[in-house]
Amino acid sequence: MKKKLNGNSILLLITVILFVVMYAAGCVVYANKGFTHLQTFLNILINNAGLICITAGMTCVMLTGGIDISVGSVVAMDCMFLAVGMEEWGMKSPVLMLLVLLIGIVFGIVQGFCIAYLDIQPFIVTMAGMFFARGMTAVICTDQVSIVSDALFVKLSNMKLNIPFNIGAYENKKGILQIPYVRITVVIALLVVLLIFLMLKYTKFGRSIYAVGGNSQSATLMGLDVRKTKMKTYVLASFLASIGGICYCLNTMCGTTTQASGLEMDAISSAVIGGTLLTGGVGNVGGSLVGVLINGTISTLVKSHGKLVSSWANIVTAILLCFFIVLQAILAKIKESKKA
Amino acid sequence: MDSNIALTMRGICMTFPGVKALDNVDFTLKKGEIRALMGENGAGKSTLIKCLTGVNKFEAGEIHVDGIEGPIVNKDTMDAQHKGISTVYQEVNLCPNLSVAENLYIGREPLTKIGTVNRRKMNQMAAQLMKDLDLEIEVTRNLEEYSLALQQMIAIARAVDMESKVLILDEPTSSLDDNEVEKLFGMMKRLRDQGVGIIFVTHFLEQVYAVCDGITVLRNGTLVGEYTVEELPRVKLVAAMMGKDFDDLASIKPEGTTDFSKVPLEIDAKGLSHSGTIKPFDLEIHKGEVVGLTGLLGSGRSELARVIYGADRAQSGTLKVAGQDVKVKSPIDAMNLGMGLLPDDRKAEGIIGDLSVRENIILAMQAKAGIFKKIPMAKQIEIADKYIEMLQIKTASRETLIKRLSGGNQQKVILARWLATNPDFLILDEPTRGIDIGTKTEIQKLVIKLAQEGKSLIFISSEIEEMLRTCNRMAVLRDGAKVGEIDGSDMTQEGVMHAIAGGASHE
Repeated sequence: MKKKLNGNSILLLITVILFVVMYAAGCVVYANKGFTHLQTFLNILINNAGLICITAGMTCVMLTGGIDISVGSVVAMDCMFLAVGMEEWGMKSPVLMLLVLLIGIVFGIVQGFCIAYLDIQPFIVTMAGMFFARGMTAVICTDQVSIVSDALFVKLSNMKLNIPFNIGAYENKKGILQIPYVRITVVIALLVVLLIFLMLKYTKFGRSIYAVGGNSQSATLMGLDVRKTKMKTYVLASFLASIGGICYCLNTMCGTTTQASGLEMDAISSAVIGGTLLTGGVGNVGGSLVGVLINGTISTLVKSHGKLVSSWANIVTAILLCFFIVLQAILAKIKESKKA
Repeated sequence: MDSNIALTMRGICMTFPGVKALDNVDFTLKKGEIRALMGENGAGKSTLIKCLTGVNKFEAGEIHVDGIEGPIVNKDTMDAQHKGISTVYQEVNLCPNLSVAENLYIGREPLTKIGTVNRRKMNQMAAQLMKDLDLEIEVTRNLEEYSLALQQMIAIARAVDMESKVLILDEPTSSLDDNEVEKLFGMMKRLRDQGVGIIFVTHFLEQVYAVCDGITVLRNGTLVGEYTVEELPRVKLVAAMMGKDFDDLASIKPEGTTDFSKVPLEIDAKGLSHSGTIKPFDLEIHKGEVVGLTGLLGSGRSELARVIYGADRAQSGTLKVAGQDVKVKSPIDAMNLGMGLLPDDRKAEGIIGDLSVRENIILAMQAKAGIFKKIPMAKQIEIADKYIEMLQIKTASRETLIKRLSGGNQQKVILARWLATNPDFLILDEPTRGIDIGTKTEIQKLVIKLAQEGKSLIFISSEIEEMLRTCNRMAVLRDGAKVGEIDGSDMTQEGVMHAIAGGASHE
């Protein structure tokens, strides 16, 4: 059966092409700085593993037509909680990680309840959540706390998972074989993306998310429990933010009051660039992953240049965001005029 | 309960703030019966349906459904569905971003052994259902890719497939063309023969007699009576709905045709077009003339009007208004030239639900005056009251939010909005759709009165009869192009049909 490309898959296609072109350009221009090595790509994944988890949750929320701006602060709170827990309270990391996940779920239940059952604007609710989590971070501790004492956590953080069969391996100048690797966080993040992808596509809950975002009134009339779906989505987003927080912590190995600030905006921009509509109902988590990779590539490109201030990455992201939003608007117009 | 009865409602009472919406209403539906629920706007049809489906909570009364012991109270639409009561609403209530198959089965998808949605099976089931209902629809495509009419059919297919005992169709035909209406009626009759009880809410009297077995009439929230079709011929039905005898088919147009050839032109369009919607067309409208636009749904009737009004910017051609060359780039230009447009999609383009009736009436006037010249409140009240009185808008007060009004009354408010700007040229796009017959005649009379005052009008309607009664001349559209004009002795039901069908009718 021939399947016609519709506007939404065109968006995703453009995103993928953009990523490939951008990366290829990097390979050509910065070949001498190691851009062509597989490891450069893997580093983008490693650096953004936490963001990928968060963006997966953000995508689900945005699909319902909502938004969750608390996730960056939740990550900061998680990191601080983990760091202080290990260093000052002497707790074991597995217990702390479980607690972090639990906190995420509770956080999501409170936010989801306010949004779904009290009909409060998601922006306001999650803004309150954002201030609360950021505040709690400082309440736990105002200093920067580095994680050094928990053996298991340090081991997890340093663990290198080599790519099998020496794919992409090369010898450096000293003649030592460099085998590309990823961290455990990358495995977690990709697993999250896979599970969310399957969830969105093949479960009742996943399809309800799309229905709610498409037209929540219709969804109600078709007998779907819209409130429950929204509630579950916000719980999922906070839970994934906590998983993201653990990944983030494994990467930075410290807790500070200011870290991960603005991370929620990175997640939103990645999702939008990945083809998710802010109005809900359209998008998928695969696109969001590519969105994160694009953002990661931009900052790698800026870093590779060496002389540019890192703020240039923001400017390029801004331009891209504009491009995609305008593109979405144009496609929506075309779709409308076709119907009329 | 009689085993032949699908549904009974007894003594239903329901109050909205300030209004007794339903007063002790009874309703009976047999198995294998299509029953029309008739009444003017605000008679309580929608409210009764909403009580049945659990959207509204009624204060007193009982509902019994076949196969369930004792009275039932539906918590919500889902609950009603479980008890065998399905509804297809006036506006299509599906999700445009999901595939057709998903829209058919969401909430009750076939599952695989591990509890995930079995998409392949769902698509197969959907394709089979479409085939059974004789619809050519590819079920894996997104719903939004299909026309409103097909979306409506899909919505009905969904309800049908729920194995409902009671199927409620609330104005299902208002966005369908004749062919599609025929198909729908075929579907309804097949379901009736299978023993489903169907409640059919419509404003089209012909359709009632084409498909229904029984008629229940409501007026002002009370039951007028339950009849069979034979007992209640058309004239009596109208009388029952209005509570008075009625000049349904009487001519309201002054006798004799006016010769417009010596009257100056109000609108003179040459070669106007908008790519993708309407091919270049010429249109002349004299002062005091009513020109009807006719054609099938989607033939470009509304699009032609939109180009003149500047809602879609003309990409070619010239436009003269009262002899002056003008450029209409946007609706505000058109308004300043003394034009007004009553759009057909009043939900999306017309009403602003959270403003009061007065504010909605004053809106276009205020926009024309500019936002810095606020119209004095005393004047606003005067104007609002004048049109509420003139158009007999049924509202608790002039400050009632417009979203609390019934559909027909909302339509009147928008009409009042344009009349308040005192336009020289008014485009009315389906002004009587979804309006009861009494108000319809009122609006038709108003159109003729406006023309007699020297205003020019474009009148767009799907009901040919209505256009014949009001228009001096008709322009015929087909496939996005103006293909001809008819006037004088050709303006008959057959003449118009023939013109719309064009060459196709001879093939």
